[in-house]
Amino acid sequence: MTFLTTGLGAHIRSASIRGKVRGGEHSARSVLFLIALWLCLFVAFGVLLTLIITTLIDGSSRLDSRLVTEYPASGPERAGLRPAILGSIWVIGVTAVMTIPLGVAAAVHLEEFADRKKWFNRAIELNVQNLAAVPSIVYGLLALGFLALLGVQNKNIVIGGALALGLLVLPVIIISTREALRAVPLEIRQGSLALGATPLQTVWRQTLPASVPGIATGAILGLSRALGEAAPLLVLGALVFVSFDPNGLLSGYTTMPIQIFNWTSRPQAEFHELASAGSILLLLILLAMNGLAIFIRNRYQQRW
Amino acid sequence: MSTLTPVGGPALLPGRPAVSLRSTRPRHGESLVRFLLRVAAILTIVITGGILIALLVPSIEFFRTVSVFDFLFGDRWAPRFADASFGVLPLVTATAWTSGIALLVAIPLGLGAAVFLSEYAKPGLRKVLKPVLEILAGIPTVVFGLFALQFVQATVFRGVFDLDTGAFSVLAAGLVMGVMIVPTIASISEDAMSAVPLSMRQGSAALGANRMQTTVRVVFPAALSGIIAAIVLGVSRAVGETMIVAIAAGGQARIVTGPLEQGQTMTGFIANAALGDSRVGSLEYDTLFAVGLLLFLVTLLFNFISIRFVRRFREIY
Repeated sequence: MTFLTTGLGAHIRSASIRGKVRGGEHSARSVLFLIALWLCLFVAFGVLLTLIITTLIDGSSRLDSRLVTEYPASGPERAGLRPAILGSIWVIGVTAVMTIPLGVAAAVHLEEFADRKKWFNRAIELNVQNLAAVPSIVYGLLALGFLALLGVQNKNIVIGGALALGLLVLPVIIISTREALRAVPLEIRQGSLALGATPLQTVWRQTLPASVPGIATGAILGLSRALGEAAPLLVLGALVFVSFDPNGLLSGYTTMPIQIFNWTSRPQAEFHELASAGSILLLLILLAMNGLAIFIRNRYQQRW
Repeated sequence: MSTLTPVGGPALLPGRPAVSLRSTRPRHGESLVRFLLRVAAILTIVITGGILIALLVPSIEFFRTVSVFDFLFGDRWAPRFADASFGVLPLVTATAWTSGIALLVAIPLGLGAAVFLSEYAKPGLRKVLKPVLEILAGIPTVVFGLFALQFVQATVFRGVFDLDTGAFSVLAAGLVMGVMIVPTIASISEDAMSAVPLSMRQGSAALGANRMQTTVRVVFPAALSGIIAAIVLGVSRAVGETMIVAIAAGGQARIVTGPLEQGQTMTGFIANAALGDSRVGSLEYDTLFAVGLLLFLVTLLFNFISIRFVRRFREIY
C-alpha cells in the first residue's frame, strides 16, 4: 500500500513542485540545507564504502581456493572456512525448512481468517511486531534455555542453532508474507468465492500463488539476515574448533560469521587477513541473496 | 481491506429464498487446516511466553543469591572473581556509551538521508539508492565489528590521530554501530515522510514556502511520530547489538567515564560469558539470563514505544 503511493507520490511531486517559482529555492539557508542533506548521504555511504574497500584490501591476499577447501588450523596459512561454510548451509537450510511453512501459515491466518476485532488477534499482531525487534542474542538465550530444559548435554548441535535462527527469522517472514497477501486485490478473492470456491481453496489456488514473489523476497531477506548473524550461535556454543564436515541435525557445527569472529579475536595479523577474506566471501554470498530477492521482486511482482 | 466479508452479500436482496449460502456439508478437512493455521499464529505468542519463562526461571534462581538492589545499583561487576560482585552498572554504562555515540551518529545521518530520499531525490536516483540502502542494512555485524577494530580503532584513532587509547574503545564501537543503524532509521523515517499526503506539500508551496521550508515545517512535523518510531527502534537495535561491541568495545567490565575507554556492554558480557563453558544451573549460567532479562525488558520498552508511535502515524492519514 504505502509502497505504491510513495512511488507515485515521488513521481508527481518532482513534476509538480519543479515548475514553481525558483527564487526561494536559492536562498543561502536552502542551499546550506541541501548541502547538509547531501553530506549526510555522502558520509553514510562513504563510511560503508570505506568498510567494503578496507575489507577487500585486507582480505584479497587470502581470497583463494584454500579459503573454501581447508579446515580451520592453528597456522593461518593452512586455515580455511570449509566446515564453516557447510555449517552455515546446514543451519540455514534447516532454519528455512522449519520457518518458512510456519511463518506463511501464521501470516495466512492473521491476514485471511483472523477477525481483527478480537483482542486476541490484535495481541498476536502486536506480539509479532515486537518479536521482530527483540535483540538476536535473546533468541540465543531462549534456545539455550530450551535445550537445557530438554536435558540436551551438548548444546552445539545444528538443530539448536537452527532453532535460534528460526525464531529470529519467523517474524520477518510473517510480516513480509502479510504484506504480500495484502497486496493481492480483494476482487481476486471475491471472484474465486463467487465461482464457488471455499475460502481455503481461494487462499490455496488464488491468493497464495499470487503472493509467492513477495513471500520469496521476504524469506530470502530474512534468511540472509540469519546467515550473517553470529550472536545467538555464540551463546549456543558454536565457537568451537570444528575440523570435520557437519553431517546431520545433531552434528556439531560452526558457521561463517562465527569463524570470522574467531579469527578476529586472534592476535596475529595473518588471522585478521583471513577474517577479512572470510568477510568478503560472506558479503558476496549475502549480496547474491539480496540481489536475487530484489530481482524476484522486480521481475515477478505483479502490479494490480 | 482483505477480510472475506462479501460472502454474506446477497442477504440484502429482497425476496431472498430461504436457503443459506453457507455450505450445508461440514468440511472437516477445511476446518482442520484452518485450525492448523491458527495454531501457527498462536505459536508466536508461545515464543514470547517461552522467552519470558526461559529468561525468568534462571533469573529467579539468580536473584535468590543476589538481591535485586545489589544487581541494579551495584557498581562492581566481577561474577567470576573469588569475591564475586554482581552490580550491573558497569555493563549498563558501557551500553549507554556505545548506544549514545551510535545514536549521535545515526539520527542526523539517517534523518538527513531520509529527507533527501523522500523530498529531494529524483525518482531515478531514489530507485537506485533505496535498494542499495536495503543491501547495506544486511551487512553482517561481524564485518562491522572487524572494521571497527582494525580500521577505525587501530588505523584511524591510533594511527592517524594518535589518540591515547588501547586496542578497544567504546567510541570506535559506537561510531561504527551508528553507521550500521543509519539504514534502519533512514528507511523507516523515509516511509513516514513519503506517507505525508502530497496535498500538504502543495498547500505549503502554494502559500509561497520553498522546498526547505515545506520539508522542515510541514512534512517533518506531519511525519514526526513515524520518525520518532524509527529513532526508538534505532535505540533498541543499538542496545541489543552484540557482535560489534563484543569485538571492538573491549572485555573489561568497569564503569565507563570517557569515550576512549574500553568497556563491556550487557550484550558483550552475554557473548563473552557464553564462550566459557558454564554448567546449567550454576550461578554463572544464571547470571547470563539475569543480564539477558534486563536487556529484553529494556528493548521491550523501546519496542512498545516505537510500535505506539507507528500506529499513530498510520492512523492520521
